[in-house]
Amino acid sequence: MTLRPRASAASRAREHAPPPPLPASVTLAAQDLAARRGTRLLWQGVNLTLSAGDALVVRGANGVGKTTLLRVLAGLAHAEHGSVRWRGAIVAPHAQALRDDVLFIGHAPALRDELTAAENLTSLAALAAEPMTAGACSDALAAVDLAAQASLPARVLSEGQRRRVPLARLASTSRPLWILDEPAAALDAAGVRWLGARLAGHLAQGGVAVVSTHAPIDVPGARVAEMTL
Amino acid sequence: MTDEVTARDPQAIGAALRWALARDLAIAVRTRGELGVELLFFVLVASLFPLTLAPDPALLRTLAPGVLWVAALLASLLALPRLFAADFASGTLAAIALSPRPLAALVSGKMAAHWLTTGLPVVVLAPLIALAYRAEAADIAVLVAGLALGTPILSMLGAIGAALTLGARGGGGLLALLVLPLYVPVLIFGAGAVGAVQAGLGGAPHLALLAAGLLAAAVGAPLATSAAVRIALE
Repeated sequence: MTLRPRASAASRAREHAPPPPLPASVTLAAQDLAARRGTRLLWQGVNLTLSAGDALVVRGANGVGKTTLLRVLAGLAHAEHGSVRWRGAIVAPHAQALRDDVLFIGHAPALRDELTAAENLTSLAALAAEPMTAGACSDALAAVDLAAQASLPARVLSEGQRRRVPLARLASTSRPLWILDEPAAALDAAGVRWLGARLAGHLAQGGVAVVSTHAPIDVPGARVAEMTL
Repeated sequence: MTDEVTARDPQAIGAALRWALARDLAIAVRTRGELGVELLFFVLVASLFPLTLAPDPALLRTLAPGVLWVAALLASLLALPRLFAADFASGTLAAIALSPRPLAALVSGKMAAHWLTTGLPVVVLAPLIALAYRAEAADIAVLVAGLALGTPILSMLGAIGAALTLGARGGGGLLALLVLPLYVPVLIFGAGAVGAVQAGLGGAPHLALLAAGLLAAAVGAPLATSAAVRIALE
């Protein structure tokens, strides 16, 4: 269960690559994490260290606690045991340091049925203090193949279309830490390729990503570690 | 929770308030049918009493403040489950809690939207209904002042209850049980202000207490609500 990205590869990349635009201290680490559901221990002894440019793919059967791990790392839930460090400092759930930097896209699409797809997207972006212009919004929706649905209320979108609306934020966000729960589940082949390219761009800029997925996502040229819960 | 009080800059607080207020008002406008139901509920409940009581002007005038306050309270309660439930179910509440903006300011914006859509219309309609109770101008003035000070407290206390009952089974009934006892002081001072004016004592002390309650709620309720929201998301 212990997982460390190949340190040699990481240090080689640091020697040769130009300095990343994000602070070099962009590091997500967890020590001896454990989570409980009811009386049952979901998982324990999870250790990880992800530095700038590292991605972690979390796999596992339904119900093993992938979402719980992602929620703990995003600072939404308490771990039963252990600690999470972001930029070197231990962060409690809901810590400002984490909220300033994390982009969390969960299972639920965070849409309000009463608002249109475009309104939902701009509203989510504004909530995250990354306001979007109308042009950026339609570009982002086009990237997830929702250009034609931009002005439809979220109520009439299909389940797959609903899940793609929050994913459109990946087109323009500058958050250094991406935590994505099953992002590929609602995407077609072209959508998964777009997601892989966005992830690759994010990592190349020195970002960190934690992604749970059943389907393989091809992230060209990235250091991707895998963890199976 | 500690960083809420020391939220760094007023701009972030203002942006959070504006975001939540604008969004909830936009949603309220799209679902104005539901708002109409709540207001109609207030008008109907308040109008039923004169029909069932003896047509005695003195009796009606005595009953008016109590009946109008209870109706206002029920109308406010009726809209409470909507305050967080839809955002909780859709996952938006997690996005709200993870926003870099202070959560206490975000929930304050939602409380303000709740008051603007349920409390303010009641304040505006109350004088018209009070006329059906043969209320006098002085009574009506104090009634409206009391409602204007008291209904925001109802929205703020109600928000705490709405956040605490998120995800609980039988949420609506539980919410009423939780929140109604908290509403009692508001009810007593709000209706008491009109009673005091009718008794020739002047309503100022009651209104001053309501104003004090409003300030206390404005400080405490956002913090309590944001703590409850975070517990609900665990």
